[in-house]
Amino acid sequence: MNQLTNFTKGFIKENPVFVLLLGLCPTLGVTSTAINGLGMGLATTFVLVMSNLVVSIIKSMIPDKVRIPAFIVIIASFVTIVELTMQAYTPALFEALGLFIPLIVVNCIVLGRAEAFASKQSILSSIVDGFGMGLGFAFALTLLGGVRELLGSGNIFGFELLQGDLMLVFVLAPGAFIALGYLIALMNRVAKS
Amino acid sequence: MEYVIIVIGSIFVSNIVLNQFLGICPFVGVSGKLSTSVGMGGAVLFVLTIATIVTWVLQYYVLNPFGLSFMQTIVFILVIASLVQMVEIILKKVSPPLYQALGVFLPLITTNCAVLGVAILTIQKEFNLMEGVVYAIANAIGFTLAIVLFAGIREHLDLMEVPKGMKGVPIALLVAGILALAFMGFTGLV
Repeated sequence: MNQLTNFTKGFIKENPVFVLLLGLCPTLGVTSTAINGLGMGLATTFVLVMSNLVVSIIKSMIPDKVRIPAFIVIIASFVTIVELTMQAYTPALFEALGLFIPLIVVNCIVLGRAEAFASKQSILSSIVDGFGMGLGFAFALTLLGGVRELLGSGNIFGFELLQGDLMLVFVLAPGAFIALGYLIALMNRVAKS
Repeated sequence: MEYVIIVIGSIFVSNIVLNQFLGICPFVGVSGKLSTSVGMGGAVLFVLTIATIVTWVLQYYVLNPFGLSFMQTIVFILVIASLVQMVEIILKKVSPPLYQALGVFLPLITTNCAVLGVAILTIQKEFNLMEGVVYAIANAIGFTLAIVLFAGIREHLDLMEVPKGMKGVPIALLVAGILALAFMGFTGLV
């Protein structure tokens, strides 16, 4: 597999949210606006790239039986780094994302890529895979956040686009499920044609 | 009285699945059948309660006195992962029938963000131990309620004619959205 397809597979063909249906909790929980979705996506990308890198470096040193706990410790360390960094430099985003930042630890995408990809492949491929999957996740979250923000409050990234009576339900909890359901159906359609 | 508010608040008003978006993976993944979703609910109740007690004690008697609260995420996830393993081993020895019923769901629970989420929320909301336990049990009941309702609807959905592109997950998510709309009716109850 060359590195370009390795990188691009995360966007459409193996998109973690739309196709693999992994990491749905943050996907639904933080996407009330596009900017929150993007922030969450980038935070996850950082953790994904770094944990993929470390796992692929030390993969031969980890005994097979304790590999999952070892992966979890590696991931949790990087999540703590992200958590403290965001608290210091982007306090507003940190507040908005709240509980979902420490919960990157249990995001199935991160552990899934460590187990399925980084523990078997070379260092370079693992980094590229981390970037591709992470940015695919960020893409999905930003798209969903954008749709919900536009339909719910008429804005995208805070810029006003629509006016008048809008569907407030889309920025509330039920709108997250409904918007994601339609987006996945749309993606199925796009993927088939 | 506070306990009643915590219970009603976490089961109905801010339901852990439909309002807080925790535990979505098992909510979508194992809600195909009514019986499995009840089993999952039981397993979550079990682990969530024990995990909340253990993490609460650790936070207030180990992390806080030693100024290590920044280690919260790492410590909590390790505790939960090992706890799940331990519960699995103990159940197998002590109560084989219960193990038969909950066994397959236990490994899945480590990556259920509801467990870590509730453990962290209990600390963030500064509950004491008793309130924390009530909060954990109420959230587990809320999770079970949501997943059982959802499974019941999905069983019927299998027999319906759904447009081709909407089959499977998309229609399930729409149903979840409508369920969440219904739960919004509880807003302002407490």
